[in-house]
Order: sequence, then structure tokens, then C-alpha cells
Amino acid sequence: MRVLVCVKRVPAPGARINITADGQAVDTAFLGFTMSPHEECAVEEAVQLIERHGGESTVLTLGPAEADEQLRYAASLGVSKAVLLPIPADAVGGVDWDPQRTAASIAAAIADLEAAEGAFDIILFGNESADSGGFQVAIRVARSLGRPVVNGIKGIEVTELDGAPSVRARREADSGVEVYALAMPVVLGVKEGINLPRYPTLKGRLASKKVDVAQVVPVGAPGGQTMQTLLPSAEQVTATTILGHGPDAAAAVVDLLEELGVLK
Amino acid sequence: MTGVLVIVEHDRGAIALATFEAIAAARSLGESVQAITIGASADPLVDQLGAHGVSSVVQAHHGLLNDYGPEAWGETVVQLIAQYKPTAVLATGTDRGNEVMAHIAAALDAPMVANCTAITPDPEAGAAWNIVRTRWGGSLLERCQLRAEVKLLTTAHHAFLVGEAPTAITAEVFAPQLDPVLGRTVVTERVERAAGVTLATAPVVVGGGRGVGSPEGFAPLQELAELLGGVVGCSRAVTNNGWRNHTDQVGQTGTRIAPDVYFACGISGAIQHWVGAMASKKIVAINTDPEANMVTKADYAVIGDLHQVVPAISAEIRRRRSTRV
Ligand SMILES: Cc1cc2nc3c(=O)[nH]c(=O)nc-3n(C[C@H](O)[C@H](O)[C@H](O)COP(=O)(O)OP(=O)(O)OC[C@H]3O[C@@H](n4cnc5c(N)ncnc54)[C@H](O)[C@@H]3O)c2cc1C
Ligand SMILES: Nc1ncnc2c1ncn2[C@@H]1O[C@H](COP(=O)(O)O)[C@@H](O)[C@H]1O
Repeated sequence: MRVLVCVKRVPAPGARINITADGQAVDTAFLGFTMSPHEECAVEEAVQLIERHGGESTVLTLGPAEADEQLRYAASLGVSKAVLLPIPADAVGGVDWDPQRTAASIAAAIADLEAAEGAFDIILFGNESADSGGFQVAIRVARSLGRPVVNGIKGIEVTELDGAPSVRARREADSGVEVYALAMPVVLGVKEGINLPRYPTLKGRLASKKVDVAQVVPVGAPGGQTMQTLLPSAEQVTATTILGHGPDAAAAVVDLLEELGVLK
Repeated sequence: MTGVLVIVEHDRGAIALATFEAIAAARSLGESVQAITIGASADPLVDQLGAHGVSSVVQAHHGLLNDYGPEAWGETVVQLIAQYKPTAVLATGTDRGNEVMAHIAAALDAPMVANCTAITPDPEAGAAWNIVRTRWGGSLLERCQLRAEVKLLTTAHHAFLVGEAPTAITAEVFAPQLDPVLGRTVVTERVERAAGVTLATAPVVVGGGRGVGSPEGFAPLQELAELLGGVVGCSRAVTNNGWRNHTDQVGQTGTRIAPDVYFACGISGAIQHWVGAMASKKIVAINTDPEANMVTKADYAVIGDLHQVVPAISAEIRRRRSTRV
């Protein structure tokens, strides 16, 4: 089985997100970088699929040269190959490529990789990217490759459908679990919770340093959505009332619950 | 036509309330508002749509539309767009709304702006619209320009105020031509959820973070939640440690909650957690660190060890209940 997983390098903010003075990017002066938890789970799922069914996994990202870090993180967990679609370094976090351009570039790169090495049976994405959250790159890529795609997946089981290799994919909705039966090759957007990602081992980390990162020039043209500026989210600042210290505060807490009418 | 088309989100006939937010956004654009309901099970929604200001509804009927399928739903709307040529199409910024809209955008090779909080149209032909949308699950906003023949937009959670606007509504049936292959992504099986309080709808959520320390450490939180008819929630540090299932996670990549009271116990208040909890009416933080972000942002706080404070609250509730006859 051949599995591809697509991840995006993003900053990892803590208590707040600060914007640069020009409004074009998240201020990353004091931040590390990561990928979305959904994508971490997609990477884990790729590794588990190969462990269970044999074959080879590949991780792909479109981003600055520094996105090498996220590719090698995936490799340290067991992904065997890595592909970088490099874009100019000033694109970090701020004026990143719009979803149409990103998707067209990734779709073209996948077509190239498949022409050289064979089709991917399963292509995994995150449900949405952590920073821009456009909810669309996976679907655009799948449609340009002519493959079925379902987003929001929290369970993947490889099986057969009318004698052909397929997956049963589970998704959670308000009303319960929805099951999709999809013939491979297939594209899936996965949600955090599908698995519990492992931590890299020392051995994995050392091995990841030796992985060759293939480069593919991204070819997508700009789409119709153009970012102008980032804005802070309107936030109500409330003064905090300290109800007390330690267990002695319990009476004040229960007084509050009575006042709010939640204690029936 | 000119006018704005709203995709009604429903699950086998049960409307998603977020649809009314998308309708409110559509009405703010100053053109007539048309809606599409997909699948005959949604036909009875016509009156609710009229009550919110929709002047006509197109009811799409086809054998492939009896249950949800993103490709079949998307193609249905694509065919209606070709026929009616609306200025804009709006859907809810939910799992389904964003998914269907992405299929439409991909089919039309058009841009799609997800999770809008403000939409400023420009009536001039070919002019860009100014849009504000959420990033980072709502922790950050982005102003962008949208250039497209038909503007494809989804509305961010709770960004547009729902209002009634009783309108005379007309309905017509629409029969899309759907290739049977689109049936490949229609739901084939379901496991229905037992009715009951969920994390998203609970009146009280007792949330625990890394400070809880272990899976067993959640027992007192569970007890307090049960006393108040609520449920337990948690932070990503907790799910990452395998202490609780991800279905309990509150935040950007978990569930958005909006209870009357949220107890945040041993949770530092990282922005990705906060964004899922900020719609709570009142937040009570319980933390050993008076400087924790959760404490400084909460309405109320108790400074102390949650392992002592939470059981004391439960004991006090029980004491008052037993003396109240
Ligand atoms: C893209 C992205 C998405 C994310 N999505 C989510 C999400 O959906 N939900 C989420 O929660 N996180 C999310 N995170 C992770 C988030 O950034 C934080 O890492 C996480 O929320 C921290 O969890 P915590 O507060 O439990 O742990 P910590 O930050 O370690 O905080 C523990 C707190 O417990 C207090 N404490 C310790 N002991 C006690 C005690 N005995 N009594 C009382 N207080 C005590 C400490 O003072 C501290 O404040 C996301 C991160 C990224 C990058
Ligand atoms: N620059 C990128 N490089 C690789 N994958 C990406 C990139 N941007 C988005 N994706 C993938 O597409 C998914 C959906 O992204 P989005 O449409 O931005 O919400 C993400 O979770 C990633 O898996």
C-alpha cells in the first residue's frame, strides 16, 4: 500500500497570538513551529496503515525551506519519504499561499510523484489547517485527481468493496456516527482523535536526519482570495473575581452557582 | 437572477440552527434571499425559512439525495448556480457546510472564503468584495479581498445575529441530473447517538487539564459534573496523555462549548483551548497559579489545588441539598 500525508508548518502560539507591526503575519519571534493536531494524527494514521498493511508512506508539505523540520518530524515517527514544495521564506504564517494556489500546486506535485512511482492508495490531509483553516485544500486536490474524498474522518478501516480494495471511513456528526464506504484510491481529511499519535524515539529522530527530502517546484497560480491584513479577534476583557483560596472557597462557589441558577 | 442563495444544512430533515445565521448573513447583503433544501426530507422546512426572511426555496429531489453525500450535494448546488446565477452562495461554517462549499468551489474552480464574520459587497461588476474571516479557529481574524463571478462564502460560528423576518415564501421543486457515480460518497451506514446531554449542549462543563494529573484524577470532576447535570471536558494535554477520549476535548481541534458555567480545573488557558471555551456564559478557573491565563481571563477563580477544591465544592452542594427539605 502507498500512503501520502500532507502537512502544513504553522507557528505554535501559547497564551496569545501576536501580530507583526505590518499586520501581515503572526509574530513568531518567540514561538516554535508545529503542524495542526489533525495533521499529526494523519501522520500517525499513515504510519499505522503501513505497519498494518505493508508498503510505503510519504509526507508532503508546501512551505518555506524551514518546513523541513515538520517533514523530518513525520519521518521520525516512521514515514519513509519526504517531499517539499518550497515557497519564498517571507510567506511564513502571513501572506501564505491562498487555498486554490496551494491545492493546485499539491495536486500537480502528486500527479508527478505518481507518474514516477505509482499511485497512492490513500492520501491523507488534516480536517483543516491550524492557521488559515480554509477547509478546502483536500477537497480541491481530490477533485483534480478525480478521487472520492470525505473530510472529518475519525476512523479508517481497510477492507474490500465488491472485491476491490476500499476503506470504511467513520465520521462523527451531531446525530451519531456516519459511515462511508469508499473504493481506493481515496482521499481523506482526518480529525484529531482518530488515534493517539506516538512520540518520536531517539532512533526515529536519528533516522529522520538521513531521509532525503525531494523538492518539487510548486506551479499553482494565485486564486481569487487575497489576504489584506491580520486583525486581533475582538475579546472581552473581564476582571476576575477571586472567590477564595483552597477548599475554603467552596461555600463562595456554591453561592455563585445558586445565584446563577444552575444549582437545582 | 440577482440575489443570494443559501444552502440549508439539515440532517435527514432536521435543520441545523447555524442555517439561520447563514440566512442572517445573506439578508445583510441587501438582495433577495433564496434557499435550497437538498433532499425531499427537507421539504417541510419551508415555513421556518420564510419566518427568517427567505423569499423562495428550491427543493432539490433525487434518489441520491435521501441522505448526506458531499459530492451529490455539491453537484446539485453547482447545477442550480448555472441556472440561477446568484451573486453569492452562503452556507454554514460547519463540517457539512464547509465541505459542500469546497466541492462547489472545486467544481467551479472558484475561490471559497470559509468562516466569514463580516461581508461587505461591492455592487460594481468585477469589483472585489471585502471580507473578514476567522483564522486559528477564531483566535485571529483576517481581512481579505474576494474576486469571483459567484462569491462562495461560509459563515463563522455565531458571527451573525439570527432574527425573525416573516416573509411570504414560494417553493419549487428542482430535479438535478446526478451521475450515479456521485453515490460513492453518500453515507452508507449510521450508528445513532443515544439522546442525552453532549459536551456541546451541556448546561455545565467541568473541564480538567494537565493539573488533574491522571485518568483517576477525573473522578471528582465527574462527580461534580453529575451533581450539576453537566459533563466532563478536558484540554489537549489530557487527550494527548491518553487520560480521556478526544470526544471530551474542548478547543480549536476539539468541541466548542457554550454552557452556563464552565469550571476550568488545572487548565492553563492556551489560546487554542480558550477559543473553544470562550462562549461559556461564566467561567470559573481553579488553578494553583494565580497568573495562569485561564485565571486572568475567567470571570471567577479559586486559587488552590483542584484535588482539594473540587471535592469540597461537591461536599458543599450535597450539604446544602440535604439540609434543604
Ligand atoms: C493548532 C493547535 C490546536 C490546538 N487545539 C487545542 C484544543 O482543541 N484544545 C486544547 O485544550 N488545546 C489545544 N492545543 C494545545 C494548547 O496549545 C495547550 O498545549 C493545551 O491546551 C495545554 O493544556 P493544559 O492547560 O491542560 O496544560 P498546561 O498548559 O500544562 O497547564 C496546566 C495547568 O494546570 C495548573 N495546575 C497544575 N497542577 C494543579 C493543581 N493540582 N491544581 C490546580 N491547578 C493545577 C497549572 O498551574 C497550569 O496552569 C492546540 C495547539 C495547537 C498548536
Ligand atoms: N501548505 C500546505 N502544505 C501541505 N499541506 C497543506 C498545506 N495547506 C493545507 N494543507 C493540507 O490541507 C488540509 C486542509 O487545509 P485548509 O484547506 O487550509 O484548511 C490541511 O490540514 C493540510 O493537510
